[in-house]
Amino acid sequence: MDKASYEVRTNKVELLSILSLDGKVNEELLPNLSDEQLKELMRRMVFTRTWDQRAISLQRQGRLGFYAPVSGQEASMIGSEFALNKEDFICPGYRDMPQLVWHGLPMYQAFLYSKGHQHGGEVPEGVNVLMPQIIIGAQIVQSAGVAMGLKKRGKKNVVITYTGDGGSSQGDFYEGMNFAGAFNLPAIFVVQNNGYAISTPSSKQTAAETIAQKGLAAGIKSVQVDGMDVLAMYKAVQEAAERGRNGEGATLIEAITYRFGPHSMSGDDPTKYRTKDEESKWALKDPIVRFRKYLETKNLWTEDDEKNTIEDAKQTVADQIKKAESTAKMTIPGLIDSMFETTPPHLEEQKKAYLEKEGN
Amino acid sequence: MAQMTMIEAIKDAMRVELERDENVLLFGEDVGHVGGVFRATEGLQKQFGEDRVFDTPLAESGIGGLALGLGVQGFRPIAEIQFVGFIFEVMDSICAQASRMRYRSGGKYNSPITFRTPFGGGVHAPELHTDSLEGLMMQTPGIKVVIPSNPYDAKGLLISAIRDNDPVFFMEHLKLYRSFRGEVPEGEYTVPIGKANVVREGSDVTIITYGNMVHTSLKAAEELEKQGVQAEVIDLRTLMPLDIETIVESVKKTNRAIVVQEAQKTSGAAAEIMAQINEKAILHLEAPVIRVAAPDTVVAFGQIEKEWLPNEKRVIAGVKEVINF
Ligand SMILES: Cc1ncc(C[n+]2csc(CCOP(=O)(O)OP(=O)(O)O)c2C)c(N)n1
Repeated sequence: MDKASYEVRTNKVELLSILSLDGKVNEELLPNLSDEQLKELMRRMVFTRTWDQRAISLQRQGRLGFYAPVSGQEASMIGSEFALNKEDFICPGYRDMPQLVWHGLPMYQAFLYSKGHQHGGEVPEGVNVLMPQIIIGAQIVQSAGVAMGLKKRGKKNVVITYTGDGGSSQGDFYEGMNFAGAFNLPAIFVVQNNGYAISTPSSKQTAAETIAQKGLAAGIKSVQVDGMDVLAMYKAVQEAAERGRNGEGATLIEAITYRFGPHSMSGDDPTKYRTKDEESKWALKDPIVRFRKYLETKNLWTEDDEKNTIEDAKQTVADQIKKAESTAKMTIPGLIDSMFETTPPHLEEQKKAYLEKEGN
Repeated sequence: MAQMTMIEAIKDAMRVELERDENVLLFGEDVGHVGGVFRATEGLQKQFGEDRVFDTPLAESGIGGLALGLGVQGFRPIAEIQFVGFIFEVMDSICAQASRMRYRSGGKYNSPITFRTPFGGGVHAPELHTDSLEGLMMQTPGIKVVIPSNPYDAKGLLISAIRDNDPVFFMEHLKLYRSFRGEVPEGEYTVPIGKANVVREGSDVTIITYGNMVHTSLKAAEELEKQGVQAEVIDLRTLMPLDIETIVESVKKTNRAIVVQEAQKTSGAAAEIMAQINEKAILHLEAPVIRVAAPDTVVAFGQIEKEWLPNEKRVIAGVKEVINF
């Protein structure tokens, strides 16, 4: 028998890219976005970049707790969220704060979450998100459940979930996609492949040629996208959402992107595993620079727009961190009462003991 | 003798064992080139090569299965789980598979695996990084549970764990990694698994504890001495198997005991220790044994972690309670 007839194969893919490095677009692929929407995408990316820089410095000052930098990934984060509507659901990983905030979580709560305050996790009514997941992979299986729920309720909505290239090694990643395939669920799995899982490069993470093809085994539509191209990200998610809404099932999107900063602010030193050369190569693909060039040719973005957005972001972050800092501190009795709907007797007893004699 | 932090002592133990026995392998997420998120394995890949010290893909269940399979092939894996809360992803390999390999195979195979994992509060880590999950492990037949409290013990116990032919769950308290230095001999030595250490002698009450709470309890004991109470402090070092003899001997002398643990109160190590004291020494007790522990909630988020964790004051209050019974 001819080898080709029984060996399972995948063809080479080219990633979806709409915006060139010098800001030219492929008109054929251009998503249908108004000028206002194009400006809004830019505003959100610039705002998020500033917010990220401020968050890093707040973390260094000890005013934030755990923080995972996002610069470089704005196109993938913001382009993908922008393609959803408010009723769609987000199941994020720890780095996906921008999507949560742009989907409606008040920023001061994101700060509270980082500072280790329970109220950071109290998602307001009408904001359709789960809290950021610490356990890598957990959000992937959970999103299958959320998607099934939406489907059973007859809603025309989708769930989007995010992980990294590292996360795509977890068993949960395969299980979640397989469920979404088997039950034909309206789920969108986004892998933000930023090249590294902490220090481990993608090449040590998998021998698969692309992470996108991991979705094929689950029988779901799988695509690879330039994750530093906000238009491509928007388009890929928008198409995936449409398929989900139409009952055509799940999609895996591998976004090829890069994080400019360290993995997190908890002691990671990227100089130990990345080269300057590599960093400057990726800097050329900066999603903000590319998109700015495009918008400037259309006279949609000026230096003033940029300056105003940065000022607005700085002011907002300052206000929101202040709000977070003036939120009443958690208490042990409050924590105890948050374990069950009705606090059982043994916890009541522990609460009392805390208040009476054991408290510090 | 060299002065080392606990993390240096842990690294030294692995270096000694990698050198001594070529069947020893070390792997986990980020342990290779950068030497681990806490640098516990720094330099080891360089010294021993990628064949022996290597990064794995990000999959704890995979790490556990890999360790089990390599054990079957006669290797002695040291598998790092980056933070304790991630063991839930690998519970099947640890608790349902490795722990019963010897039993299931009628002794044909064993699981000479050391699972190393950082745990322990007081460092403002995000959720699921610091939980004290030793109680879960203690309830799993077939696995040993070791928790060192100082650099000397850490090295000696880790060498014992690596040489042990059964799986050992080795928990390293985050707060102790770099908080102080201690004398650590060069080269090989072992501290036996299953043997507690009386770290302070006293006649009035026994404080039974482990991990970072050893230090909290020692400080409490010093304060108590000023108030005229002589507390004996036992550092268990190993929770499974438990050195109940050392505990009973002490209780026979002091007639009073408290157990101090960082973990939540209910059904944990302290509950087991109290039960065994009850079984083996009840007639020597002048007061019920009590425990000082964290409340039965999830580990508090960073903001009130400090109030949540048991502290010196609460240990002192616990001692007073059994003294004034
Ligand atoms: C189950 C689990 N294992 C390990 C970790 C520790 N950890 C946190 S982030 C990370 C790397 C993640 O890399 P990737 O999925 O590529 O995402 P990135 O942060 O690069 O976007 C690791 C190993 C964790 N949080 N959860």
